[in-house]
Amino acid sequence: MSTIRFLLDNAVQTVTLTDPTRTVLHFLREELRRTGTKEGCAEGDCGACTVVLAQAHGDRLAFRAVNACILFLATLDGKALFTVESLRSGCAGQLHPVQQAMVDAHGSQCGFCTPGFVMSLFALYKSDVKPDVAEVQDAISGNLCRCTGYRPIVDAGLNMHALPLAADSDPLFAAGRSDMSQAERSLLHRLQAIRPTGGKTYRGQGRQLIAPVTVDELTQALQAQPQATLLAGGTDVGLWVTKQLRELSTVIYLGGIASLNAVSVHDGRLSIGAGVSLTDAIPAITEHYPALSELFRRFASVPVRNSGTLVGNIANGSPIGDAMPALIALQSGLRLRSAQGVRELPLEAFYRDYQVKDLAPGEFVESLLMPLPTDDAVVAAYKLSKRDEQDISAVCAAFRLVLQGDRVRDIRIAFGGMAAIPKRASNTERRLQGQPWNADTLASAQAALAEDFAPLSDMRGSADYRLRAAAAGLRRFYLQTNTRGALSERDLNVFAA
Amino acid sequence: MIALETTSSIDLTAAVDGSAAAKGEDVPHESAHLHVSGEAVYIDDIPESQGTVHAALGLSAEAHAQVAELDLEAVRAAPGVVAVITAADIPGVNDCGPSVQDDPVLAADTVAYVGQPLFAVLADSQWAARKAARLATVRYTPRRAVLDARTAHADEQYVLPPITLERGEAQAAIEAAPRQLRGQFSVGGQEHFYLEGQVSMVAPKEDGGLHVWCSTQHPSEMQHLVAQCTGRAANQVVVETRRMGGGFGGKESQSAVFACIAAVGAVILGRPVKLRLDRDDDMLVTGKRHGFEYDYDVGFDDSGLIHGLRVAMVSNAGYSADLSGPVMARAAFHVDNAYFLEHVSIAAYPARTNLQSSTAFRGFGGPQGALITEYVIEAIARHLGMDPLVVRRRNFYAHAPRNVTPYRQTVKDNVIAPLITELVADADYAQRREAIQAFNRESPVLKRGIAVTPVKFGISFTLKHLNQAGALVHIYTDGTVLVNHGGTEMGQGLHTKVAQIVARELGISSRRLRVAATDTGKVPNTSATAASSGTDLNGMAAQRAAGVIRTRLAEFVAGDAGVPADTVRFADDHVYIGERREAFTQVVKRAYQARVQLWSDGFYATPDLHWDADTLMGRPFYYYAYGAAVSEVVLDTLTGEWRLQRVNILHDAGNSVNTAIDIGQVEGGFVQGMGWLTSEQLCWNDSGRLTTHAPSTYKIPTARDIPRDLTVRLFNNRNAEPTVLRSKAVGEPPLLLGFSVFFAIQDAIANAVNPDYSKPRPNPLLRAPATPESILDALQGLNVAPGAVE
Repeated sequence: MSTIRFLLDNAVQTVTLTDPTRTVLHFLREELRRTGTKEGCAEGDCGACTVVLAQAHGDRLAFRAVNACILFLATLDGKALFTVESLRSGCAGQLHPVQQAMVDAHGSQCGFCTPGFVMSLFALYKSDVKPDVAEVQDAISGNLCRCTGYRPIVDAGLNMHALPLAADSDPLFAAGRSDMSQAERSLLHRLQAIRPTGGKTYRGQGRQLIAPVTVDELTQALQAQPQATLLAGGTDVGLWVTKQLRELSTVIYLGGIASLNAVSVHDGRLSIGAGVSLTDAIPAITEHYPALSELFRRFASVPVRNSGTLVGNIANGSPIGDAMPALIALQSGLRLRSAQGVRELPLEAFYRDYQVKDLAPGEFVESLLMPLPTDDAVVAAYKLSKRDEQDISAVCAAFRLVLQGDRVRDIRIAFGGMAAIPKRASNTERRLQGQPWNADTLASAQAALAEDFAPLSDMRGSADYRLRAAAAGLRRFYLQTNTRGALSERDLNVFAA
Repeated sequence: MIALETTSSIDLTAAVDGSAAAKGEDVPHESAHLHVSGEAVYIDDIPESQGTVHAALGLSAEAHAQVAELDLEAVRAAPGVVAVITAADIPGVNDCGPSVQDDPVLAADTVAYVGQPLFAVLADSQWAARKAARLATVRYTPRRAVLDARTAHADEQYVLPPITLERGEAQAAIEAAPRQLRGQFSVGGQEHFYLEGQVSMVAPKEDGGLHVWCSTQHPSEMQHLVAQCTGRAANQVVVETRRMGGGFGGKESQSAVFACIAAVGAVILGRPVKLRLDRDDDMLVTGKRHGFEYDYDVGFDDSGLIHGLRVAMVSNAGYSADLSGPVMARAAFHVDNAYFLEHVSIAAYPARTNLQSSTAFRGFGGPQGALITEYVIEAIARHLGMDPLVVRRRNFYAHAPRNVTPYRQTVKDNVIAPLITELVADADYAQRREAIQAFNRESPVLKRGIAVTPVKFGISFTLKHLNQAGALVHIYTDGTVLVNHGGTEMGQGLHTKVAQIVARELGISSRRLRVAATDTGKVPNTSATAASSGTDLNGMAAQRAAGVIRTRLAEFVAGDAGVPADTVRFADDHVYIGERREAFTQVVKRAYQARVQLWSDGFYATPDLHWDADTLMGRPFYYYAYGAAVSEVVLDTLTGEWRLQRVNILHDAGNSVNTAIDIGQVEGGFVQGMGWLTSEQLCWNDSGRLTTHAPSTYKIPTARDIPRDLTVRLFNNRNAEPTVLRSKAVGEPPLLLGFSVFFAIQDAIANAVNPDYSKPRPNPLLRAPATPESILDALQGLNVAPGAVE
């Protein structure tokens, strides 16, 4: 059967899917005529299409902003959707506090981006924080405004909790708090009632989307359809449809498999399943590796992190994905599964050449395995791009260093943006292993970067710049870790200064 | 910390009748409640009529080529396709250029840039049309493509003849000056990135009529171009624009190609056609801000006084003229910015390249003209080991004879000196400069920099006849008011301000008043909403229309009551007649019954404008708007990354009609100017294909790029000229405030070489935009080896 059920404005919507890769934005605008949600870029980079999804998260409800333009309608099955229209209808026709705060702050000019900002702020309003400036900025990191310069929008985010909810409002639209409200509990129950209990296949227009709910179903489906496109968050696959206009004949969606949506620690390793969103994976990682906090803060944007998965970033295998250099430097591995069984391999061995991976037909990445930190290692990762937030790195550098006295006992260095794959700087490492950690070996190692990498020139940076930036990254790491007068983060990092 | 202040001492006596109602009042944007609830209707939100077809464009893949073969069979055969349109199908003139006829609606034999529309597909869905558009087989015979402005300049390939603006003996003055500097500089273009992409929908009407909904700043031009390409008369075409999701100049001339294609489709099929561009196509097809290349040559003395300046500017005009002529003229008119240049020679060349046709963008060449002189001032200051602010002050316009522009307009309203004095005091500029110097001495890797830059921006269309506007004000018998005027709403708050002005004129609350969609069938022959002129022109026209009705009402009630008409007052939704007052609604009802005309037109033409297009001499501007900004940055000399840490802005909006809206314009303009000069980099590959064609690769500022330590104030001033409520235009001038960020970065780079502000230092050769790569290049050029701690 090809129907999905989701909640919209507290009512169950049952939709028969005739196009397995139809986007939520298209459905909202073309079918429901809810035109408050806008298309600005159709690639998840501007946020004009932002909507909020509520779904079970542990025993809580999570309200998260996502980009409707690259979200497949099929993936709404069992979730609750809120659009900008939901707010006024939930507030007895009055403006919601988020909306009123935007009006009061003069937060809209042309108004086209505004519904997206409102929904990003609504997701923040429904979290249990009383946000500070950084939290508001982060919440709207996926929203572009070309008119206001953002100051009034941030003001609205800071002020929205101070405004009252209109009388007769649905209490579900009240601000989030540390415990669940009755309205939220009720929504959670209703979501449980419509949760898909078995695998589904949606067919239409000669194409299909398979949504298994167990790993076994996934494994079998992939064995039967080894050419299928695996879909998790869709933050890249969505663009194959909206930008490349590809007709994906078979898509297998793994977001419904509960066991893949799990983070755990086993045998000194952090395991992050293929269904875990970046939003959920990041705190699990930075809890152990606080040095990676800035990298992950600058990783895409809130709505992309809400939809996208860490394993998707890895399995997609882009040479400019931001997670891989750090994960390679930290000796992470992958757990791969197919009908033939399970195997593990180091992440760096997974990437063979541009978009060529060590992945057999019918095999998929089940989880990332990341060693927990050791006391003796220093870790750092630097992202270099034209813009702080929501930008793809020109160069991404990651380092793991173990010193013995002032000598390098072990160093691992990996880069993104420097080659056709995320790659270790093997020659550079070799110049340093066992050597004194001083300016001479640093210079020698910097010179070796040109042996390791022959980067491309493109719109993100020239080859020469990338090499210089990589050398600068190595220098920064040295300045941060050398034993004869290391500089602090505040001395080295404009984002911390 | 956030200090959002507005000056509290606005001169209320400037008000026409002494009533403070609705003047300077921070009413929200008239559509704010619709924006936030998603109920504001943009063109793609309008319910489609039955039978509406959707268009998508087939684009040139070559930068310059003869089209040897255009095989569209597969396109026609694709599912859902209703029709395919090529140049041969255009019933009228195949051109949509705003002034010169060199802009084909659809390329016929030759393509002149990658992304040029070659054909249009009409299909039953946008998806089907987009898919089909990719199925064409096009065979090209390539020709030589010129992809950079300096090459075109060397070849003397221009879209329009170059211009020069001169005063005195620049060359001799430079040679005679104690010191000289010369060099080159460049600034990139800028994508508008209006959040709502280009969109038009056209419905056929009876007797050959066409109704066009177009996201445009220039409905009248769309009307004429649609009529021209469909072979119709202007009176058969109505263009309607309720609002745009941003314009910034990108929907002034360049909305035309889409309106024309949709109109041709509607004529051919007899069905409504909607053409809404995918973002990538929008960025590939449409022109951007002109990038500029500069050569300068300056002579000055030890006090920093400029004796002579020569500037040659080459603008990258792209493949056609579009608005490059007036952009070039405005650039030439703004090389002086806020400075008296006694001996000056400016040459401007609009280079023809095989790229998108560069077009209007907030500032319209003014920022590009002013930027080079600010760059030169910074170079002079570093050369002399002086504070650039001192050099700036040394050269500011002042009293006669140092108050005449290179184009011989006398600057009568100059406030730049007091404005900047107030700003630098507010911003603790001097103390912070000391603190920055101390910080930089101690900090091996991170360097701070600060800059203060002024703005003087000329207000008026430089094409004199565009400085006119009309409006209609209707009072209905229930006492509500509907206003129509020729301006368009793109987010700048024009409709809000016009409503406030009319409400004030009639003494009623703005709740009683609505501004309707711009419609060429109501107010005709409108100028583009551009040149920051929207409120000056349309606000005045609407005020006059309302004034006519007010006079009629006053005469009516005065005659009734036996009091002089000029003693009748309109305020607080009432009419004050002698000793008594009567509700406005009641007066309106009575007036209607007495057969008093309750609606009127109004017309305004800016007075006292004259200049000679050949010599560029005269008075092109009615007045000037002023402003200044102080920005401070911290720079990572290892990676070229930087953060903006603090901004202080003081801006002259005259006697502001709505301070909240004006501050919104100031902040938004500042951020847009900063983006242009920092993160927003346009890249084309060797084949001439734009590689930054989506927000994934083209990076406008985001929220985190804006410091919370942002103080924006409006300067206490009133327009010296009798503009509407003595306000000043505020759309474009603040864009130039973003210069301060660029020069703060340049300062930080110089500080990496030598933190001592009192020493002469080399001028960092920083290209704009100042991306991390551009910054690293500038550092490398100065042999900076950051963080040497051994």
